Amino acid sequence: MEDVFELLQKDVRFEEGLKACMNCGVCTAICPAAEFYDYDPRKIVDIVQRKDNDELIRLLKSETIWYCGECLSCKTRCPRGNTPGYIIMALRTLSQKLGYFTESEKGRQQFAIKRTVGENIFKYGYCVAAYAVNPELHPEQGPIWEYMLENTDDIFERLGGQVNGVGTGPLRKIPQDALDELKKIFDVTGGTELFEQIEKHSERKAAEMGLQFNKEGIDNDYFTEVYTANNGKHTTHEKQED
Amino acid sequence: MKNEGKKKIWADYQKEIADDHFFYVRSCIRQSFFPGSEQFFLHLMRDVLGKDVYENPSHTTCTGIGYHSDVVLSQTIMTVVARHFALMKEAGYKNIAISCVTSFGIYTEILETWKHFPEELEKTREYLYKATGREFDIPENMAHTSDIIYKFRDEIAARAKNLLVNKETGEPLNIVEHIGCHYAKMFPKSGIGGAEFPRVLSGMAETWGGKVVDYPERRHCCGFGFRQYIVQANRGYSVSNTAKKFASMQPFKPDVVITNCPGCNMFMDRWQYTIKEMEGTTYGEDGESIPVLTYEELAGLVMGYNPWDLGLQYHMVQSEPLLKKMGIMYDIEDKFKTSDGRQMPIPENLINV
Repeated sequence: MEDVFELLQKDVRFEEGLKACMNCGVCTAICPAAEFYDYDPRKIVDIVQRKDNDELIRLLKSETIWYCGECLSCKTRCPRGNTPGYIIMALRTLSQKLGYFTESEKGRQQFAIKRTVGENIFKYGYCVAAYAVNPELHPEQGPIWEYMLENTDDIFERLGGQVNGVGTGPLRKIPQDALDELKKIFDVTGGTELFEQIEKHSERKAAEMGLQFNKEGIDNDYFTEVYTANNGKHTTHEKQED
Repeated sequence: MKNEGKKKIWADYQKEIADDHFFYVRSCIRQSFFPGSEQFFLHLMRDVLGKDVYENPSHTTCTGIGYHSDVVLSQTIMTVVARHFALMKEAGYKNIAISCVTSFGIYTEILETWKHFPEELEKTREYLYKATGREFDIPENMAHTSDIIYKFRDEIAARAKNLLVNKETGEPLNIVEHIGCHYAKMFPKSGIGGAEFPRVLSGMAETWGGKVVDYPERRHCCGFGFRQYIVQANRGYSVSNTAKKFASMQPFKPDVVITNCPGCNMFMDRWQYTIKEMEGTTYGEDGESIPVLTYEELAGLVMGYNPWDLGLQYHMVQSEPLLKKMGIMYDIEDKFKTSDGRQMPIPENLINV
C-alpha cells in the first residue's frame, strides 16, 4: 500500500502549506466553505499532521477535501504560516492520481470539470470563453447571457473584440501553433496523464454505478449525474436535519 | 528615528509599479464577459497616457481556473506561465501587466515558489525547453492592471468629467470596493496596502470623489470557489457567500460596487439576479439592485466616455440608477446599437430597467 504522507511531501504546496498546526481554528473561522458546508479545515490539517496512513486514505476518498473554494483566505490568517488551502490542493491532486476521487459525490465532479474547463484549454486556448458558456448549464447567467451569445459578433465588434479573429484583441482565435505548444506542455509535465487518469477512473465508476458513459462530450448520463447530483448531506444545516 | 521605523513598517505595504512598457496578458473571464473593460484599459494607456503596451496573440490561458479546480497540475501551470514569460522575453519586455486576478495570484505564487524551491524553477526551465524550445526570464516588474490604474488615478482625475458625487445632493457616492481574494490575501506584499489595508480600489474611488463604505463582510470572498461554481450541484456555496456579502453591505446603502477581479464582478452581478429570482430579495434602494462595475468601467465613466461604448449594458444589473446619480447624460436609443448605428434587438428582463 502506498505511503500517502510520503507522496504528499513530494508536492511543494504540501511542503509550503504544512509547518506545524496548533489547532487554533482561525482557518475555520475565516473560511467561506466552513460557513456553509459541514467543513473544518482545522480538522483536515490535524489529520494530515498525524500521518496515520489509513486515516489519510479515508481522507482521499472523502467528501470533505472537495468543499474548499481555494480562496486561500486561510493563508493570510494562520499564525503559524500554514496554508490549509495548499494542503487541500495537494490532497486533491493525489486523490485523483490514485483514483480515490470517484469514491465521493463531490470528488466525482472532477470528471465534469475535466470535460468542460479542462478540454476548453486544448480546444480554444482559454479556460473560459464566451461561446463555451452554455446558458443551459448556467441559468444564473440570466437573459443577458443568452442575448450576448445570440449577438456576439455585433456586441464584440462595438466593444473592440475579435471573436475568433486573427491578431490581438478579446476572444481572438488562439493560433494553432500556440495550442500545439500548450498540448506539448501538458504532455511533458504530466498534465495529459492526469486527464487520462480522471477519464479512466470515471469510466470505471460509471460502469460500477450502471450509468451510460461516452468517451467524449457532456451528452452522457455519467456527466449529468456528477454535474448535478447533490445528496443533501453536505451542509451543517442538512446534517442537523438528518 | 520614530519616522524611520514607521517608514520601514509601511514599506511592506507599498508596491513598485512600472511606469511604461508593459507586456499585457488578458483574462479569460474579463475578455468574455466584459471585453469593453480590457479595450478601455488599452485605449487609456496607449491613446490617453501615451504608454507602450504590447499584446501577443499567442498568449493563451494561464490555465488558472483549471488549476484552482484541480484538473491542472502545479508543474503544468508553472510551465504554461513560463511560456508567457518566454513570449515576453522574445518581445523585449520586462514589465508584465495582468488583467485577471486569478492569473495574478498564480503568477505571484509561482514566483514565490521558485524563490523558495529553486529546483522547481530549474525543472520548469527544462519542461518548457523540452515542450517548446523556448527560454524565459523572470519579469522585473509585475502588476495587476488595477495597480496600474491606481498608479495613474490622479491623471484620470485630472481628466474627470463626472465625479463620484451625487449631482443633486452634492454628497459623495457610497462605493463598495471588493478586492479579489487572490490579489493579496495569499502574498500580501504583491498588493498595494497588502492584505490588511488594500488600497488599490479605495484609492481610485476616493481620488475620483467617492466615499468608501466599510462593512462587516468587506473582505469576505465573492463566493466563486472555482469548483463550487463550475459544477452546478455546488452553486449553493457560491450564491450563499455572495448573499452574505450583500446582506452585510445593504444597510450602508451602496450606490455601486467596484471590483478588480473579473470573476468577482461577474458573480456579484449575476447572483444578484439569481437571488432576486429565487426569493425576490434586492439589495439596492427602492427595490433596485446594486450595479457592479469593473475599475476600468468606473474610470471610463469618470472620464466621460459613453457608457454603452464601455459595455455597461452587458451586465445583468443595469447601471442607469448610478448614471442618473452621477448626472451622466446618456442616450437610451444608443444602448443596443452596433458600432455603425444599426439597431439590435432589445434584451428583456434585465435588472434596474
